[in-house]
Amino acid sequence: MLSKISKEALLGPLSRNNPVLVQILGICSCLAVTAKLEPAIVMGVSVTAITAFSNLIISLIRNTIPNNIRIIVQLVVVAALVIIVDQILKAYNYEMSKALSVFIGLIITNCILMGRLEAFALANKPWPSFLDGIGNGIGYAIILIVVAFFRELLGSGTLFGLQVIPQAFYDMGYANNGLMILPPMALITVGCIIWWHRSKNKDLQEQ
Amino acid sequence: MEDLNLFIKSIFIDNMIFAYFLGMCSFLAVSKNVKTSFGLGIAVTFMLVVTLPLNYVLDKYLLQPGAMRWLGEEFASVDLSFLALIMFIAVIASMTQLVEMAVEKFSPSLYASLGIFLPLIAVNCAILGCALFMQQRDFGSAWTATVYGAGSGIGWTLAIVGLAAIREKLAYSNIPKPLRGIGITFILTGLMGIAFMSFLGIKL
Repeated sequence: MLSKISKEALLGPLSRNNPVLVQILGICSCLAVTAKLEPAIVMGVSVTAITAFSNLIISLIRNTIPNNIRIIVQLVVVAALVIIVDQILKAYNYEMSKALSVFIGLIITNCILMGRLEAFALANKPWPSFLDGIGNGIGYAIILIVVAFFRELLGSGTLFGLQVIPQAFYDMGYANNGLMILPPMALITVGCIIWWHRSKNKDLQEQ
Repeated sequence: MEDLNLFIKSIFIDNMIFAYFLGMCSFLAVSKNVKTSFGLGIAVTFMLVVTLPLNYVLDKYLLQPGAMRWLGEEFASVDLSFLALIMFIAVIASMTQLVEMAVEKFSPSLYASLGIFLPLIAVNCAILGCALFMQQRDFGSAWTATVYGAGSGIGWTLAIVGLAAIREKLAYSNIPKPLRGIGITFILTGLMGIAFMSFLGIKL
């Protein structure tokens, strides 16, 4: 079921070819929704679903798309999928939809989608493209979750809204680091993750 | 006066990059030297000024719940707001194409200097994000929307030129190897973001 190319497409993006850390795609939404763990997970799942299905659809019709209007075709496919996800979220989890506000809509312009469609789905068969979409979505979700974990833990002392840092710590004078909640710390956290990732994978370092 | 406040607010306080992280991908990829990043900034500002009033008119007279009332009473209950995303992105993509053709025809030198950045603007999240924020904030007129677009664009330009200037200087410093390139750029942007937060206290 999993040939070599499919396996590479699925597992590569998890670390060696991670969309956020290595390809530097999809940064915008990655940073804005990571102040808390829960919206980060919802965002990760939505992006995974959308990348997988847009890759699949574009790959199915790749031979019929004229080359010079392909960007508009891709945008329309992606926009339709995003509207579906947006409507589902509004119907079943209105609070979360409010919390993510415009960032669900902005998945349309998330560079991971366009990047993977251009680089992979236009040149490969549907099944590997589908797996590539899932792989990249999960690679993106992992980074989101790691960043959100540190920001919520250090910033509000909670995980999923439940307090994890014992009250005794606060009594001894420990205080939440309010800076972690603010947007700039998301960038610095991602910067540190890149630092760690590249010191593990020496061949990715820039000269 | 209201409009002037909105203009200044959208440049400094609600800066597209440091407050909302929009247009980050091209922001990080293109900020290697001041000249090209300035060109991209101008292109983004221009597209915002052109597309925002267009999207405003579309939203006001076609998409909002009850917006089609001008066609007659029987259209008053039509609600097309779920189509907003697809309409906005279609307007942005087609305007990009149009502007590209116009610039190529009338000013080949500007076209040559902007090069690949013009088509890339279609997928710049700052432009779509601005349209969505405009919809959320419910501005009073198309003029206000234009002012908001101009302010956001100038704020974006300011940010990318600032980062590019720092990165040019950074070429002379000794950065730990794994942090070189994109890693240090992230941290720099974070620090610039913290600096920009000092504007938050200003009430306009």
